[in-house]
Amino acid sequence: MDMHNARDAGAARLDDPWYDALASGWGGPDETAAPPPRRARPPAAEEVYTEVHGSAAFQEVRRRYRRFVFPAAAAFLLWYFAYVVAATTAPGMMARPVAGALNVAMVAGLAQFATTFLLTWAYARHARLRRDRVALELRWVTQEMMRGHGR
Amino acid sequence: MTGNQQSLALLLFGVFVAATLAITTWASRRRQGSPEEFYAGGRLFSPMENGFAIAGDYMSAASFLGISGLIALFGYDGVLYCVGFLVAWLVVLLLVAELVRNCGRFTLADVLAARMSERPVRIAAGVSSVTVCVLYLVAQMVGAGSLVALLLDETGSRARSWTVIGVGTLMVVFVALGGMRATTWIQIVKAVLLMGGAVALTVLVLVRFHGDIDSLLSTAALHSGHGADFLAPGLKYGDGWTARLDFVSLGIALVLGTAGLPHILSRFYTVPTAPAARRSVIWSIGLIGGFYLMTIVLGFGAAAVLGSDAVRSSNAAGNTAVPLLALDLGGGAGSTGGTVLFAIVAAVAFATILAVVAGITLASSASVAHDLYASLSRRKDRSPRSEVAVARVAAVGIGAAAIGLGLLADDLNVAFLVGLAFAAAASANLPVLLYSLFWRRFTTRGAVWSVYGGLVPAVVLVALSPVVSGGPEAIFSGVDFHVFPLQNPGLVSVPLGFLAGWLGTVLSSEGAEDARGHAARHAETEVRALTGAGAA
Repeated sequence: MDMHNARDAGAARLDDPWYDALASGWGGPDETAAPPPRRARPPAAEEVYTEVHGSAAFQEVRRRYRRFVFPAAAAFLLWYFAYVVAATTAPGMMARPVAGALNVAMVAGLAQFATTFLLTWAYARHARLRRDRVALELRWVTQEMMRGHGR
Repeated sequence: MTGNQQSLALLLFGVFVAATLAITTWASRRRQGSPEEFYAGGRLFSPMENGFAIAGDYMSAASFLGISGLIALFGYDGVLYCVGFLVAWLVVLLLVAELVRNCGRFTLADVLAARMSERPVRIAAGVSSVTVCVLYLVAQMVGAGSLVALLLDETGSRARSWTVIGVGTLMVVFVALGGMRATTWIQIVKAVLLMGGAVALTVLVLVRFHGDIDSLLSTAALHSGHGADFLAPGLKYGDGWTARLDFVSLGIALVLGTAGLPHILSRFYTVPTAPAARRSVIWSIGLIGGFYLMTIVLGFGAAAVLGSDAVRSSNAAGNTAVPLLALDLGGGAGSTGGTVLFAIVAAVAFATILAVVAGITLASSASVAHDLYASLSRRKDRSPRSEVAVARVAAVGIGAAAIGLGLLADDLNVAFLVGLAFAAAASANLPVLLYSLFWRRFTTRGAVWSVYGGLVPAVVLVALSPVVSGGPEAIFSGVDFHVFPLQNPGLVSVPLGFLAGWLGTVLSSEGAEDARGHAARHAETEVRALTGAGAA
């Protein structure tokens, strides 16, 4: 899944009305330069989505999402498989005592639980603070545009 | 199990069945027969309700009785097994839940059909979803039969058969009449019961050891007969390279399969928005994580209190560890406390199976009606309402098929069936889902190849594995055609699913005209997935 370069076609066009509307923080399509009304329904929907996809605001949401989840997913999968492989191939190392009845294997297992909870919290926080607001605004803007086109 | 315990367990279970039937009646009273209502329960559940329902959908009796039994017998290797079930939820949370909520309507195929040519991907996703569901369903039905035999001390096959028929009939009633709303509430009630039972037993174990985990672990090691080895990996999965590879294979299937289970995916459509879907997963991660932590305490507690030999002599697979532990914690056999606790555990286990079975039946009937029937039917007068009618009929049909298979597969190894269902989900459903959410170039051919390229190897490799033929514990013990050494196909079939999807995409030939439409559809999927625009 590499070839996901930001689509250059119209990405972050400065004359993009949606970019302006979002940069000013608010606004529907009627307040700024409204797109010319088009009649045909399906092509219109296609155009709206392509246009929003190219807008700077959307690319920012997309970038924030991917920059968090891809490294995080890679990290926890790596950590989990390292744990499984270590447990199956190096039981001697895993049996080494740490404190009392606790050994390395126990600590690693509990650490898997701990990192799962931690990453859940971190993801929720990231999504709430860095994505949700912009995503919601984009949702309304997109739906407003669709309505504008459909009329 | 004495007569007292038996009648109390049956009474408690009867109360649960009555309560769930009441829920079903209430849910079907306000039904309008729309797909929104039947498949998604009206989409207005709160994240907390959905989180409990997801947990109720996911934690089967195999987790409650099986994993704690595994720990009681093999110590640390049981812990190793349950970690995968929890970590899997990070895949769901990070990569799947929100995007699927935004892009789809009822099933996995909806997400794919948004980008691809509808008919082939719907049929492919429908076929793989139904396969996964049926595998999982048979596992649960067989589990129900053996559980009854175990807990009611009815070794005769009649009690087993009647349980399978009874559970199957009940679930058909729940699903066909109540749809998603009834199923969800049954799962919520079940999750509360299961968590309540687990908390009570865990507290009793910890009280027994005065809150000293260290003494709990060392007593468990002492009474297991394995000493310090009990607390380290290797007792179950350390037996030669095949066993080790097999566990790695199972680990892959568990971690990647959860995000492809149809009955889990369909749960995200019962909440109104993607942030609500995210919060439901957070709730369920908390519940499931807490539950497995308690399972670990219960497993080691059973080893410490009862000793591994006592557990093994009651049931070779360790499935009775928790019921026996409950009996002992309540004051021993014959005491009132012991009788009550034992009966509660038995009733919770029944409730668990019923709720899980209802969830899977609903998901598979949705796949049959919404994906397969809608794509294959040539009738022009199809309406959303007639689709729901088909779904109700499908629920009855799937229920009947599951009852039949459950009766045939009477003494099949349940753990292997669950592992196979996860492996099939990980190989057939997850690659296509991730590709279509994240890969711009992904094409219809890639999607279809990815589904079949994962599903077929998974099923074929199992047919050629030692569980089907060869060994004394195989299904066909008389003949030997096993070529594939591992019990779980995940290690091979999951990469094959991803490879087939990539290959199909690369080998697709699309004209320049089509390429523009392709890019536009991908843009639409991305915008919808990340913002929720146009979400159902």
